[in-house]
Amino acid sequence: MASLSRLDLQHIASLVETGSRVLDVGCGDGELLTLLRDSRAAQGRGLEISREGVSNSVAKGLSVVQGDADTDLAEYPDDAFDYVILTRTIQAVRRPDLTLAEALRIGRRAVVSFPNFGYWKVRLNLLFAGRMPKSRALPASWFETDNIHLCTIADFVALCTHKGIRIEAAYSAASNTKPEPYEPTGATLALRNLLAEESIFILTKG
Amino acid sequence: MPSTREPYCLLPDGASDVLTLTDPLPLDSGETLSGVQVAYRTWGQLNAAKSNAIMICHALTADQFAVEDHPVTGKPGWWQHLVGPGKLIDTDRYFVICSNVLGGCMGTTGPSSINPATGKPYGLSLPVITLGDMVRAQARLVDHLGIDRLLAVIGGSMGGMQVLQWAADYPDRVIAAAPIATASRHTPQNIAFHEVGRQAVMADPAWADGDYYETGIRPEKGLAVARMAAHITYLSENSLNRKFGRNLQERDKVGFSFDADFQVESYLRYQGRSFVDRFDANSYLYITRAMDYFDLARGTTLADTYRACKARFLLASFTTDWLYPTVESRHIVRALHAGGADVSFVEIESDKGHDAFLLDEPEFFDVLGGWLKSVAAEQGV
Repeated sequence: MASLSRLDLQHIASLVETGSRVLDVGCGDGELLTLLRDSRAAQGRGLEISREGVSNSVAKGLSVVQGDADTDLAEYPDDAFDYVILTRTIQAVRRPDLTLAEALRIGRRAVVSFPNFGYWKVRLNLLFAGRMPKSRALPASWFETDNIHLCTIADFVALCTHKGIRIEAAYSAASNTKPEPYEPTGATLALRNLLAEESIFILTKG
Repeated sequence: MPSTREPYCLLPDGASDVLTLTDPLPLDSGETLSGVQVAYRTWGQLNAAKSNAIMICHALTADQFAVEDHPVTGKPGWWQHLVGPGKLIDTDRYFVICSNVLGGCMGTTGPSSINPATGKPYGLSLPVITLGDMVRAQARLVDHLGIDRLLAVIGGSMGGMQVLQWAADYPDRVIAAAPIATASRHTPQNIAFHEVGRQAVMADPAWADGDYYETGIRPEKGLAVARMAAHITYLSENSLNRKFGRNLQERDKVGFSFDADFQVESYLRYQGRSFVDRFDANSYLYITRAMDYFDLARGTTLADTYRACKARFLLASFTTDWLYPTVESRHIVRALHAGGADVSFVEIESDKGHDAFLLDEPEFFDVLGGWLKSVAAEQGV
């Protein structure tokens, strides 16, 4: 999975209130947690599946547990965190709907970012080349990708509606631009679903 | 140092500092123990703020000689590669303490000690002790050293159980805790292996109901068998295959006898034989019993045990450890999460079985080292 740009991480960090309790699900080497600790005085915790990621994170002084987002979120008590953050993780879990439900059980808010499969280049690629798209955000081939549940922004919004999850804020970005807020309804949603390479949502229980 | 009235102690005179507790030590069994001695070693200097003390806790058959060569066997200390000047647990920076556990046989009061009430060795008249009792004795030592809070308590296997016990019983005195390759309770399988070991000791006629000290004959055969059985549980199937395979010991074909035909037999026999020089059979009974009684859930839940604990935890398990497997560490992690504790956990890839925590495991060292550094930095040490 391609790692997030510095810009994306800084944007996500800026969405978190100072001094919050944060769980970063799929925290990798702890880049976001370090940023949250240093810039937002957050009490950060991480869950990471790779041993190497955990080792690197703990060596940086972060508190990270080795585990699997598909099964191990169940081990956290209700409302343990102010934010549960899933950066480019939701499309790689077995059941994104269940993972979202767990995130909102253990956190007051969930911050979710994912690559938008509705992005126009992805659509064109599929339409004209007739092949599963590869891009900067989605570099792996279909047979080896970790991204087993890719979705469009419109798909994600529909899931939230279906599950009664409230979208507190939505941001979208094209390549290497600062994410901008948008209203995820109607024509705005349709346009962002076409133009955005990546989207970030802040969610709360309905 | 031990006085001459400790004739059955295996510790050579002068090899260790020994503290004699002035007050009797209450035990979990309800009994109290008077005149308790705690043998210990320290390395490095306690700073003026007394904020740089680290307690390391030893496993079942180890002792306080973690860093220097052992005074009986001459072998390197069990964590010599981890603790020392410039090492991961840096004695130029930290004041490191390690004491022989209660019930042991390297200078701390145990069954081979003289009962002050009778002038004879305790043998089986020593009350059964627990992990809680061991840690209570250590806390007295920490008091004696003038230390209020420990920067870290670190240990593997039974040492890890002591770490867990420290955090449970003295939550305000432990800033950081690293229980490694351990469990919060003994499983039936753990108890079963220990019972085999104890029965091996007790089946040795020389054991004489634990009253062997004055006979001059120690139950070495029984203790050696106990050690052989236990040693198998410290290794993985992979490590046995890699080390020995089905290789024969100094011969080309099997001898059609019950000699040590196979290298693995020869190795186990050696492990058993050398163990008895540095360990007391009754201590083996007492300490394995203490481990079997260990269950930190205390009739409620493990999460409740740690609700008051603000310590930072690091847990590590090893992939091929089947004695205290990863699932046991995860059980602890889950309970710590429920209590909202600050916890890190990593499962280290190793084919060396339970023993991995004593061996050269660079990934484990990186994690422990990074964690300890950040703990120390947070405390301004």
